[in-house]
Amino acid sequence: MSLAKRIIPCLDVDNGRVVKGVQFVDIRDAGNPIEVAKRYDEQGADEITFLDITATAHDRGTIVHVVEEVASQVFIPLTVGGGIRSVEDVRTMLNAGADKVAINSAAIFNPAFVKEACDTFGSQCIVVAIDAKKVSIENEPDKWEIFTHGGRKETGIDAIEWAKKMETLGAGELLVTSMDKDGTKSGFDLALTRTIADSVKIPVIASGGVGELSDLCDGITQGHAEAVLAASIFHFGQHTVQEAKQAMQKEGIEVRL
Amino acid sequence: MADQKLVTVIDYGMGNLRSVAKAAEHVAGSNTRICISSKADDIAAADAIIFPGQGAAKACMKALNESNISHTLMQAASEKPFLGICMGLQVLMTHSQENEGVDCLDILKGDVQQFDLSTYPELKMPHMGWNQIHQTTDHPLWHNIEQDSRFYFVHSYFVSPHDKHIIAGETTHGNKFTSAIAQDNLFAIQAHPEKSADAGLQLFKNFLDWNGQ
Repeated sequence: MSLAKRIIPCLDVDNGRVVKGVQFVDIRDAGNPIEVAKRYDEQGADEITFLDITATAHDRGTIVHVVEEVASQVFIPLTVGGGIRSVEDVRTMLNAGADKVAINSAAIFNPAFVKEACDTFGSQCIVVAIDAKKVSIENEPDKWEIFTHGGRKETGIDAIEWAKKMETLGAGELLVTSMDKDGTKSGFDLALTRTIADSVKIPVIASGGVGELSDLCDGITQGHAEAVLAASIFHFGQHTVQEAKQAMQKEGIEVRL
Repeated sequence: MADQKLVTVIDYGMGNLRSVAKAAEHVAGSNTRICISSKADDIAAADAIIFPGQGAAKACMKALNESNISHTLMQAASEKPFLGICMGLQVLMTHSQENEGVDCLDILKGDVQQFDLSTYPELKMPHMGWNQIHQTTDHPLWHNIEQDSRFYFVHSYFVSPHDKHIIAGETTHGNKFTSAIAQDNLFAIQAHPEKSADAGLQLFKNFLDWNGQ
């Protein structure tokens, strides 16, 4: 009897629609985030994360409606990330029905915001998203740095030190994405995930690179993550969340079935 | 609508009330009305009370004290079907260790303690995610919920009641801790039933069907 490792499907939402493509055979409107979220809930997802990638601030209001709709029909934890820059943004999302918000670039530009958000709403609802890229070369000790703008812009901040700092500021959880692996379907950056997970007491969610069910298992067993996040492996009907959990259970990982 | 049942979700500015109300509404019959309120009148008029809560103990107690509903709340807790959730369990106790010590409502004798994971270096804090609740009593609120079902938790402190007979459920994170309490008309749970999928919805249904005995 112990805590189950979590599987978190992630939906990229642009102006109220799921993008990156979602193909379920029996969902007519695959771009509707509410339908997709309901489907993942039925499959046994432990949480759902919405990443709002809407470009203009004007259209950001639509994610609020999405969260409101989902929260009134799906009774599992919901996380919303993307464009969270102020205490007001956090409040808006929590009031809409989100349980946690993921803070990404705003943490880099203004680390005090993380502390302010945690002090105001509690650490339990503040996730800090860390986008990291390996900067060490072969034969050098591993080193990762934080990148912004989808991995295009370097910050010079050491990812491990940053993770510890975010924990100190009160973050309740870390969402660690390898920008080297994201979209490659070649598995998580396990060394990155493990190094961060072993450096902090708070839970780490592994993200970026899942292509096979075994990648999810590796994130837990080798990456020491508490939860694994994936998008396309579920979106295209390649695997259901249920199948992923069965695969994890076979590896001796405790899951909620 | 004379026999309409009113269930008040207490709003004192601390917690995801909308989710709690939505989950209760999802399983409520047509003659049950779920209302979110911070007014003493709505607490006094209610047939049943849901008392959620999130955040730190000190902030919760401060919000409660400033809301001027403590007295009505205590009254309700002594006579109506009463469901405490998360911090709504912890603040029922005598005292919490959180924030260098906070006096709580003292409706249930006991303390709120921090997890000691010093012998479990692999375990994370907060205790966040889906863990099992072992039902230690036969209670109407456990009706149709499988033994050892998983519920969603997120917390760093847990309750330790003096009277062990009021323990209704236990969970293990390193050590075993009390995850649900039942005493007379009062039931309180450390997990978030509003985020615990089918098991949680069943618990809400059981609560709405419960006469408090």
